[in-house]
Amino acid sequence: MAAAQGPRRRFKASHENIVIAITVILFVGFSLFLNGFLTTGNLLTLLRSVSVLGILGVGMAVVVISRGIDLSLIATLAVGAGVAIVLSRPDGPLPGGLPFWQGALLGLVFVVIVTALTGAIIAYADLPAVFTTLAMGSVIYGVGRVLFLPAEANYLPESATWVFALGRGQLFGIPISIICFLVVLVLVHIVLRKTALGLFIYAMGDNPVAARSAGIPARPATVVIYVFAGLVAYFAGLLTAGAVNNINTRMFNSTLIYDVLLVVVVGGIGLSGGRGGMKNVLIGTLLIGTLLNGMIILNISYNEQSLIKGLILLLAILVDTILNPRDEQTSQQGDI
Amino acid sequence: MTSLKIKLAGLALAFMLPLTAVARAEDMGIDDPQRDAYYEALKGKKVVFVPLALGFDLTDGWYASLKNQLEPLGVSVDVRDPNWSTDAGSRAITSLIAEKPDAIVVHNPDVQTYAKLLRKAEQAGIRVLQINMKSAYATDVFAGADYMDIGRRAAEAVVAKCGQGTSGKIAIVQGVPTAAASAYQLRGISKVLEKHPEIKIVSNQAADWDASKARAITETTLQQNKDLCGIIGFWDGMDVGTGAAVKQAGRDKDVFIVTSGGGGKAGCDNLKDGVFDLDISYDVPGQARDLANGIKALFQSKSKPGENNYSLYTQLQMLTADNLDKYRNFGACWTVEGLASK
Repeated sequence: MAAAQGPRRRFKASHENIVIAITVILFVGFSLFLNGFLTTGNLLTLLRSVSVLGILGVGMAVVVISRGIDLSLIATLAVGAGVAIVLSRPDGPLPGGLPFWQGALLGLVFVVIVTALTGAIIAYADLPAVFTTLAMGSVIYGVGRVLFLPAEANYLPESATWVFALGRGQLFGIPISIICFLVVLVLVHIVLRKTALGLFIYAMGDNPVAARSAGIPARPATVVIYVFAGLVAYFAGLLTAGAVNNINTRMFNSTLIYDVLLVVVVGGIGLSGGRGGMKNVLIGTLLIGTLLNGMIILNISYNEQSLIKGLILLLAILVDTILNPRDEQTSQQGDI
Repeated sequence: MTSLKIKLAGLALAFMLPLTAVARAEDMGIDDPQRDAYYEALKGKKVVFVPLALGFDLTDGWYASLKNQLEPLGVSVDVRDPNWSTDAGSRAITSLIAEKPDAIVVHNPDVQTYAKLLRKAEQAGIRVLQINMKSAYATDVFAGADYMDIGRRAAEAVVAKCGQGTSGKIAIVQGVPTAAASAYQLRGISKVLEKHPEIKIVSNQAADWDASKARAITETTLQQNKDLCGIIGFWDGMDVGTGAAVKQAGRDKDVFIVTSGGGGKAGCDNLKDGVFDLDISYDVPGQARDLANGIKALFQSKSKPGENNYSLYTQLQMLTADNLDKYRNFGACWTVEGLASK
């Protein structure tokens, strides 16, 4: 961090501040030059469209801070919510279907079982998280499709009124999905900053060996972290289902997991663990949301949108690398 | 004596009567000279289906119906499911060229990827049929929607709703822009709209066949254009998101939503619930029948694979909430279970 200690330190040119700066520039630019960008309605739309991404970002962030990664989040989201839906549909495998809350409970049990298995493999068998979760994603998807979900699109039963409310309802004019995102963000922020578990998570990410020597129950904590991420994904799945009437297991084949990683990494949570917090998830989500919303308003074509997204990502990484050059210590921390 | 003879003769006659009746039944009607050849041509043949993926209404419907129509005739119908991976699809076709089934039914992800492989398959003596999404390389049979016509019909429906006295503003929600279904449909739309300068396209975005993306795009478009009049979506499975956004904005009464799809139960339910106003159906049961008939014709044909190319465009059904009951008699609102158990 020698470079940052020079006179430039006054500008606090951290990754976080750079991303905030880019977000603010985009936001001000769109506000000035785009009619209808800076309206309450549009800003709520902007936030709503990225609230599921933001919630997934929270789950991923907690795992990444503990020096892990969870590439099975989308499989958990799609299959967990799918199981809940299919078990409570009148035409599902159970005759008549369960009341939705019971189906949702069984979906939750399914998610806890598979994510605990993921966590246990990583914690007790010491397998690398990136490969374990990559494989577990396929396992979860496969088990879900073979045992529960013969069809990709699974429509919510009409009895799932509270899921519809989550996905479409409003409270004081604010879409409930935005409120859900903010509540999850604040709750996890409190857990990370004020509880022993939060302390463990940062300690494990910062230096796993030292954390274990200091007596932190790293293995059980790892299991808890993956189960937690899975539950966050499950919640995001129910929100998605409520918003668009159904959950489509094809989400597993989409690039959503990379968008989630993008939110976390662009927001400034290093993949080497131990750094960053919920503020970074919020920043990353806002940047992606502003960018997507502005490009839709500008009616920019598909290919140009991909190009712009790529360029902004590259710019963020480039500026970060110039201002915070890697040194011997950081480059050894096992970046992915 | 004579009376005894007569009696005996009478008895003999009485015994022979049923025999002659049986003999007559054997002679009734005439043999159909073609049917033996027909069953012979089909028996023991092997057909393999390579869809984009199983698990959604279109591909599950085609597969179930093909099995239902062909298996009783002694034709085996198998599937290789690439699960949305074009690489896995290419590998599946490559290995099929070596295995040499009698026919392959291909669902193309785009117009280029499989083109060369399909030619190779025909050169190897395999009949190749394409379903609903075309390759640039024409094979024995294409059975499927005329997407340019779907685009034309969708655009004409929107023009009719969004002409004089409205804002004339419409939005287009495409699927994956490289898919044949998107590209051809867009051309069909633009051919109509160039004659209607009063219609303005305020948003033309791709949602990757993803309902969540369609919803986000539509929400933003509605925010920007409070007076939006119509939306053309490219697939009913994706446009549940488009419809959800319009409903959420409280605009479902005055924004006209046109989409298209296979005409299955989910599409019908969404029409009834007012999620869409018009669903242009390409009638999956009808397409499956076209496909099965194409296969039957090819197996009886003496031509070489690829010698002739037949396009069997599907007769489209313009489904609305009001005419569902009529179209139900023509196969609309089908379910996979129904197609599997006919």
